[in-house]
Amino acid sequence: MSEPLRGVVISHAGLAEALVAAVRAITGVSDALVPVSNEGCDQPALQERIAQAMGSGPAVLFIDLPGGSCLTSAVRYARQGGAEVAVVTGVNLAMLLDFVFHREVTPADAARRAADAGGKAIRLPPAA
Amino acid sequence: MTIALVRLDDRLIHGQVVIGWGQPLNVRFIVLVDDEVRASPWEQDLYRMGVPSHIDVVFASVEEAGHRLSEWLGSDQVGILLTGNVDSLATLCAGSGLKKVNIGGVHHRAGRTERLRYVYLTDDEASKLRRLAETGIEVTAQDVPTARAVPLAEFT
Repeated sequence: MSEPLRGVVISHAGLAEALVAAVRAITGVSDALVPVSNEGCDQPALQERIAQAMGSGPAVLFIDLPGGSCLTSAVRYARQGGAEVAVVTGVNLAMLLDFVFHREVTPADAARRAADAGGKAIRLPPAA
Repeated sequence: MTIALVRLDDRLIHGQVVIGWGQPLNVRFIVLVDDEVRASPWEQDLYRMGVPSHIDVVFASVEEAGHRLSEWLGSDQVGILLTGNVDSLATLCAGSGLKKVNIGGVHHRAGRTERLRYVYLTDDEASKLRRLAETGIEVTAQDVPTARAVPLAEFT
């Protein structure tokens, strides 16, 4: 791929920024993810923030909830065409950690892999 | 039971509506009044994704909503009616018998100035809301149920 795949984490309030900071602290990778908050945005404004965060290259958009303003803005943006993009909901730290080390694939493949990694991280360990 | 909340919110169906208001009100249906969404099946699918299966979502144009409002007001379930702009809200309210309107979120855009942290209005929009209040409808701003309901006069 000509440009490295970028992840844009889109959330309510400060969640995206915190997730991206956590990935950076754990992995040392600082150029793979960009946080976007929906704070103070209507949908056109949030789409503009997403566009700026994406740049011109291919990307995966990681959304906090499987519905709501972050998702609707992301999907509206993705449907406009332009850069190659895929969307995943239910973002968690595990999926982002996996994503930053597996970016040499298409956005669609990266999104499928991220969803799988994120889902596998949800477990019920035995209580102490 | 009836429409428990008539809300102006340019994000339409989102977390504050479904969780913030939907849970305490025990909402069973949401009416989304928006001409553009009414004409767009993929946008309707998108908005449905954010709503639990026990809550019905009805998509209506402004005109359809005007015809069906009395039906929703007479429902034996609790509902929320949403629209995203002041003009649609004013049209819905005209002669409707609605008593209260909630301003839940109108965000920044060119020409709008900040009235509250989550309410930005042009002078024309503020004027239209004041005219709505003059018809006897109580207009307050309140993003979530735990916040104070701010009377219109305090922010326009």
